[in-house]
Amino acid sequence: MDLSSIKPALLLASLMIAATPVIYAAIGELVVERAGVLNLGVEGMMITGAICGFIAAVNTDSPMLGFMAAAVGGALLSLLFALLTQYALANQVASGLALTLFGLGVSSLLGQGYVGIKPPSTPKLDIPVLSDLPGIGTVLSAHDIMIYLGLLLVAAVWAVLKYTRIGLILRAVGENHDAAHALGYKVVRVRVLAIMFGGACAGLGGAYISLVRVPQWTEGMTAGVGWIALALVVFASWRAGRVLLGAWLFGGVTVLQLNLQAAGVAIPVEYLSMSPYLITIVVLVIMSSDKNKAPASLGKIFHASS
Amino acid sequence: MAISNLTKTYPGVVANDSVSMELRAGEVHALLGENGAGKSTLVKMIYGLVKPDSGSMKFQGQSFTPANPHTARQAGVAMVFQHFSLFDAMSVAENIALGMENPPPMRDLSDQIKAVSETYGLPLQPDHIVGDLSAGERQRVEIIRCLLQDPKLLIMDEPTSVLTPQEVGVLFETLRKLTAQGVGILYISHKLDEIRELCQHATVLRRGQNVGSCVPSETSAREMAEMMVGSSFQTPERSRHALGDVVLKIDKLSAPSPNEFGTPLREISLELHAGEILGIGGVAGNGQDELLAALSGEMRTVADAVVFEGEVIGRLAPAARRKMGLLTAPEERLGHAAAPDMSLTENALLTGAERENLTSRGFLKWGAAQKFAQSVIESFDVRTPGTETAARALSGGNLQKFVIGREVLQRPKVLVVNQPTWGVDAAAAAAIRQALLDLATEGVAILCISQDLDELIEISDHFAALNEGRLSDIRETESLNMEQIGLMMGGAHGMEVAHVEA
Amino acid sequence: MLRLEKRAQPSKQWAALAPVLAVLITMVVGGGLFALLGKNPFEVIRTIFWDPLFGEFAFYYRPQLLIKAGPLILIAIGLSLGFRAGIWNIGAEGQYIIGALCGAGVALTFYPLDAWFLFPMMILAGALGGWAWAMIPALLKVRFGTNEILVSLMLVYVAEKLLAAMALGPMRNPEGHGFPGSRNLQQYESAHNAELFTGSGLHWGGITALLAVICAYILLNRHILGFNIRLLGQAPRAARFAGVNPNRLTVFCLGISGALAGLAGMYEISGPSGQVSIDFNVGYGFTAIIVAFLGRLHPVGILLAGLLMALTYIGGEIAQSNMNLPAAAIQMFQGMMLFFLLAVDLMANYRLRLTRAEVS
Repeated sequence: MDLSSIKPALLLASLMIAATPVIYAAIGELVVERAGVLNLGVEGMMITGAICGFIAAVNTDSPMLGFMAAAVGGALLSLLFALLTQYALANQVASGLALTLFGLGVSSLLGQGYVGIKPPSTPKLDIPVLSDLPGIGTVLSAHDIMIYLGLLLVAAVWAVLKYTRIGLILRAVGENHDAAHALGYKVVRVRVLAIMFGGACAGLGGAYISLVRVPQWTEGMTAGVGWIALALVVFASWRAGRVLLGAWLFGGVTVLQLNLQAAGVAIPVEYLSMSPYLITIVVLVIMSSDKNKAPASLGKIFHASS
Repeated sequence: MAISNLTKTYPGVVANDSVSMELRAGEVHALLGENGAGKSTLVKMIYGLVKPDSGSMKFQGQSFTPANPHTARQAGVAMVFQHFSLFDAMSVAENIALGMENPPPMRDLSDQIKAVSETYGLPLQPDHIVGDLSAGERQRVEIIRCLLQDPKLLIMDEPTSVLTPQEVGVLFETLRKLTAQGVGILYISHKLDEIRELCQHATVLRRGQNVGSCVPSETSAREMAEMMVGSSFQTPERSRHALGDVVLKIDKLSAPSPNEFGTPLREISLELHAGEILGIGGVAGNGQDELLAALSGEMRTVADAVVFEGEVIGRLAPAARRKMGLLTAPEERLGHAAAPDMSLTENALLTGAERENLTSRGFLKWGAAQKFAQSVIESFDVRTPGTETAARALSGGNLQKFVIGREVLQRPKVLVVNQPTWGVDAAAAAAIRQALLDLATEGVAILCISQDLDELIEISDHFAALNEGRLSDIRETESLNMEQIGLMMGGAHGMEVAHVEA
Repeated sequence: MLRLEKRAQPSKQWAALAPVLAVLITMVVGGGLFALLGKNPFEVIRTIFWDPLFGEFAFYYRPQLLIKAGPLILIAIGLSLGFRAGIWNIGAEGQYIIGALCGAGVALTFYPLDAWFLFPMMILAGALGGWAWAMIPALLKVRFGTNEILVSLMLVYVAEKLLAAMALGPMRNPEGHGFPGSRNLQQYESAHNAELFTGSGLHWGGITALLAVICAYILLNRHILGFNIRLLGQAPRAARFAGVNPNRLTVFCLGISGALAGLAGMYEISGPSGQVSIDFNVGYGFTAIIVAFLGRLHPVGILLAGLLMALTYIGGEIAQSNMNLPAAAIQMFQGMMLFFLLAVDLMANYRLRLTRAEVS
């Protein structure tokens, strides 16, 4: 066992990479839940995004087109969920599960010919000022553009929810859909758009795994990250800033256990790799005492009766 | 505003059948009618929430066909809803912004809110969270939301049902100032005295049809009531009888509310005698639901805070309390007192399992349950195709008769009811009140929680009011007048009379 | 314009018809999908739904039907109780694995003891294992209000890692020449969950599944506990008013579904599968969710749905080997079935009506 091989700065840098898929998926789901919809299909949308992005990137040789395709793929799949829950008024829990099962099937079908291929690599941005900072330069700089975009997205969602009329309406719909309807807001339309935004974000998160983090395609490669993103939204008490915190915590645990594995700690690999899931449970338990912050209409079916 | 021949049908019901009416600027026009007479549908059409099947509207001389509430608001129509269209977890300012077409930036909006609330004597803090406000304050939020739009027509749907008599007085002042500025007000209510005091004209709806109009100040309440109902109906009979021993005693009951925006109970004490009807008045949201939950056993309290026939029962579960003879009927019919998608037989089982012996060793006796449901239906004249009908298919009045009947037939020793006639048609309400009076004559102790003061004055021996979770002194009902009752309910909650210069 | 109208009460006909309709729509749409993959859609559908029962090699496939349907039904019955009460155990796959590990653990501990009581002990261990694994989300929910969906799901991943650790570590066959995987229980007579009638495919798991169907039926239709479960799911506030203790039901429902899933896992590992290996679990715990919904959360419906789903598994395998249909296509096919069911379900509670364009 050689713990000295673990370098804090490199650890933090890889933490940023490990956290990014969760950031995308969780911030998307946060918007969906603030609109009052519980979409448990994040895992399915992520894996679909992962394969759509992978296929597009490999065939066009452009990672950016890959990410775009991933967002479209995730959004299209989420549209199925939107149709089921917003128009066919199906139970959201069951529909979300169906979406995950379906997404896993679709992705492995699409991914048939793509096992073992290497995708084009995503270029890294070297931000001059950041990389010169002593100590944390390695942590903050020389990442690919998607990491920075992810952080930007969190900031944008936070600002939109807090300061804009669109954000206000979205929150109103999630808080009390009957009142929002009575005031003339299009509850279903707002929710469908939110669901599709969530799908696109989950797709991006999935593609980040298949194009940057791993990078290759294997079946079921998201391995529960979508579910962890769902847990993170609870952890974050439905607030954008805290999603970031949770994602870094999760990323940190993941990276640390991988490093411990590499360093040859005497615990078998299997036990170490349980840790992200166990930590997620612990975090859920700690946070679940404070769930009054949940949008009041979360998961309820809306049907305008008049 | 002129409305001609508006018709709107829903499957199985004609909600509005060629309704015509006119409303002039600067008048308060009452829209009268029983529950289900079509008042709400009519105003929803004016507000653009529902589109009429046929007919036309004119507003300020121009043809008016609002496609949605946004266009209605732009044209100058504003509405205060009966069940407020507010968002609990948001601030006052955010709530108001949501009801405006082009809200200014938040800071300017806050200033405007302060200005308007001062002008009309409706004090309100823009940054408070709406869920923490009292019912009266919440209504102020709705009214200010409307006033900021500079409306030409203000629709108010049952605005006084949540106010104390003093608050009603303040509201009327505000409305009179508004009409003096030329605003037309369409005022929906079924409270006849209010209408006689406030309104210049009244249009009466019955089963979706305009059955006549009148000048309220020249028409007696009785005549208007008969127009509404279509026939005269009996007022319940009371028989004098002596009160028995104390059966239920509540002693300094304090408990936090299980809901985030609920009201905690604070040191409630009362004694209830056999054969007594104790009426508990108060504006909704002052601890009524919590008090019922503490008695039904849904909410456990300190053990000796609730004493039933000498036994402490504060920690007992609902089933054990039922077994002893303490029965309850909550306010919310669908989803609380009854399961909407379950049949009447299953709903009879819901509270009848213990006292009616509908189970043996945990196994259900469906035959006995059905018989019990049938007997409730027959004794209380519940109109339904049969015992296998889902609860949600019944009308409000019929389901309420079923809910009350289910408890009455189980021969309670104490019956606690919360808003027993809320949203129920007049005939059913009269039947329910009569059933409660008959039960009291037989020696059952009844605790009747209600917002309807007329109802409480009509049936209760003693009266007390709940205000922010506290219970007032208990007084003999006959010795009280409306003003005293209003003060017991908490007076005007710090409202001042409007001081706008008309 | 089409408009939805809530029915005064749920339509019983539609509720029964919806699954059938969903399966038919899935066949049509799935057929289209297979056509896109360059297969003859009619042939694929026939291979999946007809050949396992009546095709040339049906004598081989028919027993498979019971082998595959057994665990699906057993798990789905347990899940359906919770789903009815609004308690979402999504982690049956994990409870299945833990049940199998506990059952196999007992067998491997006593190896090579030859005793009649070994198999009953394994059954007990399997049920207890699944129960205990389900108690984690149950107790966390009751004590802290933690979301049981997420916790039970996280525990699936933990259970999978544990399975791998066991197969590679403590349970590895000492005579296995270093290969991963335990001793084969099929060769250990006291622990073997053998076929009861040769060629039928029926083992103790099938018997237990049938018993579970009957018990669940009685529970839901004739017992106050089942009534309370339905009440809690349909109207939680009314349930509390009636005196139902939601916490107790949460523990009960999660416990039962965990125990049944654990039993399914233990029957599988001591029978058809035979050994603790990394790829022991094949997703029965997730497919059972589809089975539960397709069977309308009704015990008899689940029985039928379980058989149907087993059919698609077997048919899918045939199509995979005979027609080169990718395995994932069947997984997607099953997912689609749930989708269409949820969509068609609308008709049980709402009526479609053609009206003129209308706001709201």
